[in-house]
Amino acid sequence: MKMNGARILLECLKKEGVDTVFGYPGGTVINIYDELFSFKEIRHILPRHEQAGTHAADGLARATGKVGVVIATSGPGATNTVTGIATAYMDSIPMVIITGQVPTPLIGNDAFQEVDIIGITRPCTKHSFLVRDVKELATIMKKAFHIARTGRPGPVLVDLPKDVQIAQTEFKYPETIELRSYKPTVEGHPKQIERAISMLLASKKPVFYVGGGAILAEAAGELTTLCDLLGVPVTTTLLGLGAYPEDRPNSLRMLGMHGTYYANMAMTDTDMLVAVGARFDDRVTGKLSTFAPHAKIIHIDVDPTSIKKNVRVDLPIVGDVKDVLTKMIKEAKSHPDKVAAFQEAIAPWMAEIEGWKAKHPLTYKHAAAVIKPQYVIEKLRELSDPDVIVTTDVGQHQMWTAQFFTFTKPRTLLTSGGLGTMGYGLPAAMGAQAAFPERQVITICGDGGVQMNIQEMATLVQNRLPVKIVILNNNFLGMVRQWQELFFDKRYSQTCMELPIDYIKLADAFGAKGFRATKTDEVEEMIKQGFAHDGPVIMEFMIAREEKVLPMVPAGASLNEMVLNA
Amino acid sequence: MKHTISVLVENEFGVLARVSSLFSGRGFNIDSLSVAPTNDETISRITLETRGDEQILEQINKQLNKLIDVIKVIDFTDGSGIEREMALVKVTAEDESRAEVLRIVDIFRAKIIDVTPRSYTIETTGAPAKINAILELLRPLGLKELVRTGPVAIGRGAKGWKG
Repeated sequence: MKMNGARILLECLKKEGVDTVFGYPGGTVINIYDELFSFKEIRHILPRHEQAGTHAADGLARATGKVGVVIATSGPGATNTVTGIATAYMDSIPMVIITGQVPTPLIGNDAFQEVDIIGITRPCTKHSFLVRDVKELATIMKKAFHIARTGRPGPVLVDLPKDVQIAQTEFKYPETIELRSYKPTVEGHPKQIERAISMLLASKKPVFYVGGGAILAEAAGELTTLCDLLGVPVTTTLLGLGAYPEDRPNSLRMLGMHGTYYANMAMTDTDMLVAVGARFDDRVTGKLSTFAPHAKIIHIDVDPTSIKKNVRVDLPIVGDVKDVLTKMIKEAKSHPDKVAAFQEAIAPWMAEIEGWKAKHPLTYKHAAAVIKPQYVIEKLRELSDPDVIVTTDVGQHQMWTAQFFTFTKPRTLLTSGGLGTMGYGLPAAMGAQAAFPERQVITICGDGGVQMNIQEMATLVQNRLPVKIVILNNNFLGMVRQWQELFFDKRYSQTCMELPIDYIKLADAFGAKGFRATKTDEVEEMIKQGFAHDGPVIMEFMIAREEKVLPMVPAGASLNEMVLNA
Repeated sequence: MKHTISVLVENEFGVLARVSSLFSGRGFNIDSLSVAPTNDETISRITLETRGDEQILEQINKQLNKLIDVIKVIDFTDGSGIEREMALVKVTAEDESRAEVLRIVDIFRAKIIDVTPRSYTIETTGAPAKINAILELLRPLGLKELVRTGPVAIGRGAKGWKG
């Protein structure tokens, strides 16, 4: 049957199992929206800004593991998606972005709402396509989804000119796709895996350093099995939180700039660092020249470019993390005697780590008069559902969440790690809630970031997405203020928000419900009320204004040069 | 150290931009670049010269391979390939220097492709080192314009890359 390009696009999405898309209509996508009007298999959610729509698709992808889809019109619609695309790219999130484009004959003519979105997004997409003939559309969509979700996942942009949406052809979706130039290495090399286990079992001070790759590969189960089988300590990056349960004794929680003292000490003293789906980001390594100076490094990653990019690696294993860990478990299990001897050999190391944990646990000074943000995070954990999904914005509240929430399951913390995008939290929560209407979804924001996409309150209310918005309000751009306090002599240049916003009235204006707590003893009751409310809610906590995120490794310092109290 | 790298790519829209923006975006250098379709019209071959230490070259290789449209990356630095480059050179040639230019052209088996009373235009091909050598001799005589293609390279031996 012949169909127009717009309809073919929707049929392709359906074939890929897409049930929810975020999008914003406009001149060059109006044909898609006309088809969507009578296309009941796909739920379309209209955000109030394309950036938020892109973050929402990203949030949906992170929460489910599926490919998030967003539609935007040409020109400004397309450019508004760029921050969302870059956010997804840095964190390897599978997404397909469909942008309208001016009709093919007008491309390059500076037509109304024309922009070279392929050119603009080239450095922040995994790949992109300009569809020039409707006959190519189905194959391109198949390729786009294939590329987005395989290997190291990432965003793929499809630029679809208006005349291609109107042109007609037979719809035939390819069952499989083979790209001669794109064949990610999935299976880990068996010899390398054998060597890895033998190196690991010969070490005295091992540590596993786990990144978001373990979650993207759905390998949290395998990771936990392997680490518990070996009895090794595990630290995770911000994006790796939830890959290994933080409530287990062997968890060192998060490492890096605002990581725990014991994780960073373990990273400094280790003789065997096993990196799993992590990329040695500068916020993790601190000063490179003093990073893990005594360690042999095994690096498992699906992306060869991540290996030996920042640090030397003794044993690289390119492959899907789940595949490699599964084989490592098998290999370790085939040497029970060696594993037992290994556990005995690392006992002093484990004791040393326990000593660090006891010496400097994650902590804060409780106060009755003023609300401590860390206390709010702990209470949120305590009072929320066991399968709660938490999203954050970027800044102090993000680090407090990472430090004090205690994540035990993968895909329960959605946060912008690589790009550090303020404004991410609220729309990402929208995406997660759209995917899981029955689960509790909380977004934890600062008063700065929440204002960057606050318009999405309307989307939440309109679509009955009962996201619980937590605002830790210190009337500051807190993280920058903290740096100004520590490194710029308290010169608070442009970090005081000054204007107090009445978030209760704001919630009311959008048809949602707002709550505010100003004292510590109000916190618990207010969280209960907020969670009990049916629809979207703002819960505002007036927190200690100059509370800092600690410990902290100053930028450019070594991991063991932590500021513990300042 | 200088490296000559061949990149076989899908002959797709925008592929050169992907390769060149990879270099600029990650702070790698491109010293020269040449691109043309191969015998298989769906494949283009990019030959480029770049510089860097071992770690940078490893990243360049990996990052190129990571581009979806890149089929194959070959680094010829280990001597496994033969490199050739062409240069067109416009040289001042008046009075006594006319004969000197002709002698140099003859020694290097180059060709005069355009003549005026005051200049010669020379076509010369060879390994980049040979081009550099002839230029060194011509420069003192008055080099008015120089156009170099940058090297192209092919592997030694019977085995060929399809396309």
